[in-house]
Amino acid sequence: MTDIFETSIKTSTGKALRREEMVINMGPQHPSTHGVLRLEVVADGEIVIDVIPHIGYLHRCFEKHAENMTGYQQVVPYVDRMDYCAAMNMDFGYVLAVEKLLGIQVPERVEYIRVIMAELQRVASHLIAAGTYGLDIGAFTPFLYMFRERERILDLFEMTCGARLLYNYMWVGGVSHDLPPGFIDKAKDFCQYFKPKIKEYNDLLSYNEIFIKRTANVGVLPGDVAIAYGCSGPVLRGSGVDFDLRRDDPYSVYHKFDWKPEIGKGEMGAVGDCWDRYIVRIREMIQSINIVEQALNQIPEGDVATAIPKRIRPNAGDVYVRTESARGELGFYVISDGTAKPFRIKARSPSFVNLSVIPEISRGGMIADLVAIAGSLDIVLGEVDR
Amino acid sequence: MEQLLRNIFDNNIFVFTVTAILPLIWIVPYALVAIWLERKISAHMQDRLGPMRTGGWHGWSQTIADMLKLLQKEDIVPAAADKILFNLAPYIIFIAAYAAYAAIPFSSAYIGADINVGIFYIIAVTSLAVVGILMGGWASNNKWSLFGAMRAAAQIVSYEIPSVLAVLAVVMIAGTLSLQEINNLQTGWFWNWYVFQKFPFIFVAFIIYFIAALAEVNRVPFDIPEAESELVAGYVTEYSGMKFAMFMFAEFVNMFAVSAIAATLFFGGWNSPFGDFLGGPIWGVFWFLSKGMVLVSIQMWLRWTLPRLRVDQLMYVSWKVLTPFAFACVIAVGLWMML
Amino acid sequence: MRKYFIDIYKSVWSVLIGMKITFGHLFVPAVTIQYPDVKPKLPERARNRLYVNMDDCIGCLQCEMACPVNCIEIATVKSLPTDDLGTTSTGQKKKLWVTKFDIDIAKCCFCGLCVYPCPTECIKMTEVYEFSEYDRNNFLYNFVTLTKEEIENVKAKAAEYEKEQAAKKAAAAAQAKPATAPTQQPPPTAQQS
Repeated sequence: MTDIFETSIKTSTGKALRREEMVINMGPQHPSTHGVLRLEVVADGEIVIDVIPHIGYLHRCFEKHAENMTGYQQVVPYVDRMDYCAAMNMDFGYVLAVEKLLGIQVPERVEYIRVIMAELQRVASHLIAAGTYGLDIGAFTPFLYMFRERERILDLFEMTCGARLLYNYMWVGGVSHDLPPGFIDKAKDFCQYFKPKIKEYNDLLSYNEIFIKRTANVGVLPGDVAIAYGCSGPVLRGSGVDFDLRRDDPYSVYHKFDWKPEIGKGEMGAVGDCWDRYIVRIREMIQSINIVEQALNQIPEGDVATAIPKRIRPNAGDVYVRTESARGELGFYVISDGTAKPFRIKARSPSFVNLSVIPEISRGGMIADLVAIAGSLDIVLGEVDR
Repeated sequence: MEQLLRNIFDNNIFVFTVTAILPLIWIVPYALVAIWLERKISAHMQDRLGPMRTGGWHGWSQTIADMLKLLQKEDIVPAAADKILFNLAPYIIFIAAYAAYAAIPFSSAYIGADINVGIFYIIAVTSLAVVGILMGGWASNNKWSLFGAMRAAAQIVSYEIPSVLAVLAVVMIAGTLSLQEINNLQTGWFWNWYVFQKFPFIFVAFIIYFIAALAEVNRVPFDIPEAESELVAGYVTEYSGMKFAMFMFAEFVNMFAVSAIAATLFFGGWNSPFGDFLGGPIWGVFWFLSKGMVLVSIQMWLRWTLPRLRVDQLMYVSWKVLTPFAFACVIAVGLWMML
Repeated sequence: MRKYFIDIYKSVWSVLIGMKITFGHLFVPAVTIQYPDVKPKLPERARNRLYVNMDDCIGCLQCEMACPVNCIEIATVKSLPTDDLGTTSTGQKKKLWVTKFDIDIAKCCFCGLCVYPCPTECIKMTEVYEFSEYDRNNFLYNFVTLTKEEIENVKAKAAEYEKEQAAKKAAAAAQAKPATAPTQQPPPTAQQS
């Protein structure tokens, strides 16, 4: 791309025109950086030559905070706030880690409730991702349709635990409340209601020719590069790598359900372009709804409160647990020194890792492509910066 | 109209002033209503309600309240801005938009100036908006604004060509550049409208004109000069208060102007669709305005449906799709007329 | 060339499909709630403003310990053996004067962790969600029912009692042999339930 600019442009007097690259700051206050991400863009006109992401504007010392809590349970509200779009998935990873450290087994009903919540949350999170992606590309309307559906999921959550965004629902050893009466019917209703909506999104956005033109063959992330960078979640699967922790390293009761991970196939362009990452999310919603339906049908009766320990004091040791959050592999490394406080908690947050491929895949594109790429990675700055 | 006023008042300057101001009687309330309408249409398309409180019934006075708010706002001029150009830009854009109304026939009795090159004049004068946009974008001394301005310039200049070619197809049939003449040629029932003549070539020309007009007024899917997710707000990023309102106003005035031209050229302008039914100069205004408003609504409808194109794709659409098709239309119409 | 025309056809067609969908939604009833006029019905588990029923509070500090953001501040004063503070609705005897029970609701993260450990169920989350204020200081909620004088009185009494006890102890210690060091409290044993 740069070749055409190498030939020096002469003025009428024969002087060579001076050319220079423009450095533009995209963010921290910018409509399409999904929070307070700052992208330092080196641009040659509309062409992006280099991108340097600057993070840390939302750093809240999550890991340090966790060391100063009075107990393991108190960390859960902080974990919620890491990825505020998928708080249930965050809780899930953390409580699994602490439970593994404690060596306790939770009742089966709790496992089912957690899976239902995590999958509903995944749908809600992907709705945000796809909706705001439409917004980045310029389509306003799908965003509101998706938020309307998300609202119904939040209603289900609010009914269960009383909060709509930051739930603090999954506790070490169980969940804070059992499912409320009528929840299962309502959730089944929602699944029935939601399935036809996918077609509407596809008609309005996914298969819109303008949308395809904007996203196909843009920001192509080949599978090997994605693995090399450590990408995970829809970003990795969009690149055609068939890897999903729910299947490949099953935790909780995921092995009991019949489903398959969705991978990008390069239908509209190269494998691993923005459209693939987007459509993987749309199709994953269908799979998640599938899992939710199966779980709702299989959920056993039981008591959820029994396993919650009164005082959490794991033996000294460390544990790493990884789960598939809505954005990819979420890992928690928890070290205990035998006291009631965690000695150290390290979170491996998927958005942070996924964000690192931005310079790699957006060089040579246009500024508008950069927006499309940043949107397709679906980063949540709360989780990037922690 | 002009003759009538001249008979009454016998004062040229006064007559000219009145004739020039008359379109304002329409476009000021129109802009207020159209902004409200856009909000309502977008809201209902998105299963929302939109403004509901201000003024009582469905928030009818929301735009008026917004205008009052904008009037009271501090007029911020960035410290590093080129102050003269920065202040001048919104007015140039508005003048460019408003000047087009001089040659638009509102009814058989009223046209600001019935010049024999009316459509040519309009095309020439609306392009002036590019100057205003470039001024605003450059003078803001903001990189995003400059991006927006450069995109706008490239876009408006390129889309002039297909739109002019589409207009040319009509002009060829009509054999005149005067809009009033073109209207007179379309009287009668709606099948006399040019959009149904030489089917489908003029219809395609209308589609091309409409798409190009969307690009010229910077509406989705061609709103890249002010693409809010890429350029924050493009060339209006640094404007606030009444100057921002001026940009907004000019945009809506422009929307109606291009719709009015489309209505005049392709849909019979002030002609009633049903022969003499509800004909005459007074009803002519009604037909003209409603045709314009329908086209404005379609622009809004498109805006709330479609994503936005990228810069290079925008150029592709103009040069590789619309322009060849417009040429094909012109040639086809010409051949048809030779037969 | 073929692809060129297919692209044009596809673009026009997908635009028309999109327009059909958005047009259809013009006639779908809106989901918006006209908020201050119509209020959504909250489920009974809704977590909103905290409320403390001071009649039931025994000053056990469990909620203060559980709070991850330290928005609850409690101070207690030992009551005299002669005082009768009454019992809570769950039948527990109150032994401490609660002289300070402040919740900084601006700090509160509405996690609900304080509700769970309360032995008398006196701290709970209510359905009140409209409590914006013009002054930040108004977010500091004081739940203490005692008046200032009463608090002073209680504190003074407690200090006096303490002094008395200390004097007694000193006297006793002087009489008896130097006492052995007070035995250490055993640490809380329960590891897990």
